[in-house]
Amino acid sequence: MSARQWTYLDHAATTPLDPRVLQAMLPYFNEDYGNPASVHSYGQRAEAAVEAARANLAAQLHCAPHELVFTSGGTESNNLALRGAALAARQQRGARHLLVSPVEHDAVAKTARALAEQFDFELEWLPVDGFGRVDPADVARRLRPETALVSVILGNNEIGSLNPLAEIGAICRERGIPLHSDAVQAAAHLPIDAASLQVDLLTISAHKFYGPKGIGALYVRQGAPLLPQQIGGSHEEGRRAGTLNVPLIVGMAKALELIQNEMEEQGQRLRSLRDELIQGVLNAIPDAQLTGHPRERLANHASFVFEDVDGNALLMLLDDAGFACSSGSACKTANPEPSQVLLALGLTPQWALGSLRVTLGKDSTPEQVQALLSALPALVARARQLELA
Amino acid sequence: MSQGKVVVAMSGGVDSSVVAALLQQQGYQVSGMMLRLWSEPGREASNRCCTPESMAIARRVAGQLGIPFYAVNAQESFRNIVVQSFLDGYAAGGTPNPCLACNRQIRWEFLLERALALGADYLATGHYVRLQRQPGQPVRLFEAKDQHKDQSYVLHVLNQAKLKHALFPLGDMTKGKVRQIAADLNLPAATSKESQDLCFLAGQDYRDFLERHQPQLSQPGPITDRAGHKLGEHTGLAHYTIGQRKGLGIPAAQPLYVLAKDTANNTLVVGFEDELGGRSLLTGPVNWLSGAAPQTPFEAEVKIRYSARKAAGWVTPLPDGGAQVDFAQPLRDITPGQAAVFYVNGEVLGGGLIAQPSPQSHPANPLAIAVE
Repeated sequence: MSARQWTYLDHAATTPLDPRVLQAMLPYFNEDYGNPASVHSYGQRAEAAVEAARANLAAQLHCAPHELVFTSGGTESNNLALRGAALAARQQRGARHLLVSPVEHDAVAKTARALAEQFDFELEWLPVDGFGRVDPADVARRLRPETALVSVILGNNEIGSLNPLAEIGAICRERGIPLHSDAVQAAAHLPIDAASLQVDLLTISAHKFYGPKGIGALYVRQGAPLLPQQIGGSHEEGRRAGTLNVPLIVGMAKALELIQNEMEEQGQRLRSLRDELIQGVLNAIPDAQLTGHPRERLANHASFVFEDVDGNALLMLLDDAGFACSSGSACKTANPEPSQVLLALGLTPQWALGSLRVTLGKDSTPEQVQALLSALPALVARARQLELA
Repeated sequence: MSQGKVVVAMSGGVDSSVVAALLQQQGYQVSGMMLRLWSEPGREASNRCCTPESMAIARRVAGQLGIPFYAVNAQESFRNIVVQSFLDGYAAGGTPNPCLACNRQIRWEFLLERALALGADYLATGHYVRLQRQPGQPVRLFEAKDQHKDQSYVLHVLNQAKLKHALFPLGDMTKGKVRQIAADLNLPAATSKESQDLCFLAGQDYRDFLERHQPQLSQPGPITDRAGHKLGEHTGLAHYTIGQRKGLGIPAAQPLYVLAKDTANNTLVVGFEDELGGRSLLTGPVNWLSGAAPQTPFEAEVKIRYSARKAAGWVTPLPDGGAQVDFAQPLRDITPGQAAVFYVNGEVLGGGLIAQPSPQSHPANPLAIAVE
């Protein structure tokens, strides 16, 4: 396998660590290794690093430093947001209605389902259009005084579509209902302004923007009710117990700073590569559709469905040809369910099982896109010759 | 230099893991594939061919060897082909061996197709059998060196188009040697014991499975002797196997045995021990591994089920594509639906499914002795 040329086109899954981020992190592994909760100078130096990182992140996200809670990543942030806010709303005002988009990552969708099943919340799925976008008017129509929480993803991981979050935020704010948004994919590609989005809770994860894995944050607007879900020490103002992971927090702040500074330039470059890729695929491959919105989508994100293709088989053929891509139905144990997100768009399983996601990154080149465009039509044709499972 | 590109059908078991390691050492460019097979909804975790645990182990082995690994979804094909033929076989009164259909149409068709799509020259499995390749000659299939582990019976379904791409690196090894190699390489292996149960039954009794999927086979009906005299009631044909003695519930001077299952009339036919089996059998279409049926009858050793000893006999290829087998000694457990596989000097020449006995169909055979 060493002889193979590898092309990594799965940046929505994870990104390589930026070397500048690695440099920023290194001192906090074995030089300034103190516990930020300790009284002594070791602890104080670590605490200073964490608080500098928090202030930096807050500046990037247009919020106050104490409105950020560090977590182990996107999944934990989403769990804390949904469980913490829903249970607080239940406790404080008897609210038990959840309003969630049907195109959420499992970390939101399955947490919402667990709240319905285990804590007797009434879970209502919002409608979406054929691009997987939520219409703010649908939120307005469905909000109730007893709505505990609304959750709408900012940039979709599977189909790339962006939701009109600021408009949804304005509606929720006016009605006094908390809004959570999963911005795990979006943070690498959009300026995130928590204040103007009018969200109460917002999730980010460092490894999606060239930071380290295992660290994320939840923005919790000042005053937004939240019951802690991990109990222990009084870290993070009692909102999330556990020793702070200093090097990873430092790395996340550095990574967000870098990506937000480089976003304008990178965004233009990625959008043009993305559109070239989308046009190339749709021109060259019969019975192919773009999934998600053609323009209102993440700058690096191209996603397709191909009729009568086993998406898993296509990924295997692509990997063998040296292209690392992903699929909405991909499953490492080959027990694919058609993706709930793709079904929510109204696609039949015949189409939905043949999905392909190509997500570009800072390191992606026009030559790589051309190489994929040269290889893909034959690979899709070969996958179509295979008997479907 | 690469010997070529090979896909190893992995299972998480020690055999296929050692195959992957050996072929890599021999200079092949190796990828692993693992089939996801069908289980009844809710029982997926117990399917011994592809539990989540075994798939995780196969993935770890691939990771340790540094080879690509792909799980391949074959659930629908497996259900439609293998499980259906199992149900149909029972419905026809036979005792099918689903491993034959699985090897013919899932491993050596569905999976082979995917291996070839990946550009592989070969598909390798951990079966204990041997191949002989000579330029310009058909590929020949032989029993394993380790007779106790020999699996040539289930691979008699292969043809030249498939054998051309087949590699069976374990055919010359003992199981002990394979375990030793796995231990030397520190390969992770499943802790669960090897089982002969059908994978898709996932630990349940096949009779419970049949009861749910072929309920007509669980309808009570008459038990008769060969002449049609009613002797009692059976609880459903699915609950009996040919040769069974216990559990018939009929008082008789001598023990009674199940001779046949007449599904058309939902009747269980019983008789005395000397009525069981016979000296000859007919098969359905024979798969001749060389691609052509022999022109003349030949002396062979014949295996009539996976675990049976080979029995000496004559094999006569018939114009309808089947074969007649006449044994030197009568055999008591000739079971319709199982395969009869023909060996000469350890080589698998061919085999076919044992047909339901119909005495009128081979009256001309001088060696055959009437069953009754």
